[in-house]
Amino acid sequence: MCLAVPGKIISIDDSQGELMRIGKVNFGGILKEVNLAYVPEAKIDDYVIVHVGFALNTVDESEAARVFEYLKEMDGLAELDDPNKPVRPPAQTDK
Amino acid sequence: MKFIDEYRDPEAARRYSHLIHDITTKKWNIMEVCGGQTHAIVKYGIDELLPEGINLIHGPGCPVCVTSLELIDKSTEIASRPDVIFCSFGDMLRVPGSRKDLLQIKAEGGDVRMMYSPLDAIKIAKDNPDKEVVFFAVGFETTAPANAMAVHQAKVQGIKNFSILVSHVLVPPAMEAILSSRQNLVQGFLAAGHVCTVMGYNEYFPLAEKYKVPIVVTGFEPLDILQGIYMCVKQLEENSHEVENQYARAVNREGNKPAQELVNKVFKIGTRKWRGIGEIPDSGLILQEDYIEYDASLKFGLAELTVDEPKECISGIILQGLKKPHDCDAFGTKCTPEHPLGATMVSSEGACAAYYRYRSRK
Ligand code: SF4
Repeated sequence: MCLAVPGKIISIDDSQGELMRIGKVNFGGILKEVNLAYVPEAKIDDYVIVHVGFALNTVDESEAARVFEYLKEMDGLAELDDPNKPVRPPAQTDK
Repeated sequence: MKFIDEYRDPEAARRYSHLIHDITTKKWNIMEVCGGQTHAIVKYGIDELLPEGINLIHGPGCPVCVTSLELIDKSTEIASRPDVIFCSFGDMLRVPGSRKDLLQIKAEGGDVRMMYSPLDAIKIAKDNPDKEVVFFAVGFETTAPANAMAVHQAKVQGIKNFSILVSHVLVPPAMEAILSSRQNLVQGFLAAGHVCTVMGYNEYFPLAEKYKVPIVVTGFEPLDILQGIYMCVKQLEENSHEVENQYARAVNREGNKPAQELVNKVFKIGTRKWRGIGEIPDSGLILQEDYIEYDASLKFGLAELTVDEPKECISGIILQGLKKPHDCDAFGTKCTPEHPLGATMVSSEGACAAYYRYRSRK
């Protein structure tokens, strides 16, 4: 139950007060209603990670490419083969 | 899907695997704490990409697996009452209690319902004022904000026919229990990313310092886990013991403040018994005095119930990393996901079930 995938907020309804701020979130085509009370900063188009109906954080897009940047850095140091197969997604701006 | 597919890229995984081979000169035991990570490791065969000397130990991070037998027995006891609607996450329904599981209670006519979120149980309580609605509040720090909100909403809305059977467990005290055990094998940790989403990772600095272990906050996708292992091995080889954050796209050091606030308003820290491991001080959440009327154990007079664990299941030893599922005589014979003897065979996040599903060929 700790597994969770990121989904994209497509609409927000805050008519029922702060604690019942509800968003519609798209998980790869599956829409779910999600409580957004714990992510007051979340806006439409943000990606959130959802646990048992509650969004617990917004995905930090600027940090999202770090796995690939780190790999590139380390690859460079280790001088590994195959530089011609980039796996890094389009560059993200740094914080 | 964005933020998923790119972290499953086989080519990048191969490159991380190379890097890990390059830096590994010794044998190391690394524990992934979270069952979600165990599931991913076994499913994607990440352990098979590692140098022989790197031994991944599957930690106790599956809430279904560590919920104590007496809480399962309390759940079946409450669920079999005619005036009760018992609500639970689906995973808990097949966890064997000492005599029955929740599915059997349902088959015998008990009103047991599967929920995605505890807020759904609140709705059921409002719609059924003549019934007692009980939610099985299991989980780690990741489900605590949801369960806290459900109880808080019940109080705010004056809903009296709702209560929760609290079985919350906390991860850092379990890590400390493992580290302080005389039999401990663990030399480095991949900490559970989503737990840290809520709690941050300040709690890990004293642990890393006291026990001289590197702790790397790690995500759940194959590349996250490989990078986490790389960072952990690098530290081990360099004889360092820092807290690092691999999962920065979802975790910051302080965690989610609004969630922590509500969790602390509704719950306080208390002793908790872990299935297969036993009592760990300060390792669980219990309701605060202000919310005690929502405690199902008290409401149904079951606070004193205690149950001993069966001997044949070695899941406790597996959860401490001292044995692997294959070492259990019952694995795949007397114990299967269809007929689990122990809780680690029930949930797909449990080590025994993950091995059964992806490794039964061995
Ligand atoms: S295989 Fe079954 S009986 Fe053996 S340790 Fe795992 S859950 Fe327990």
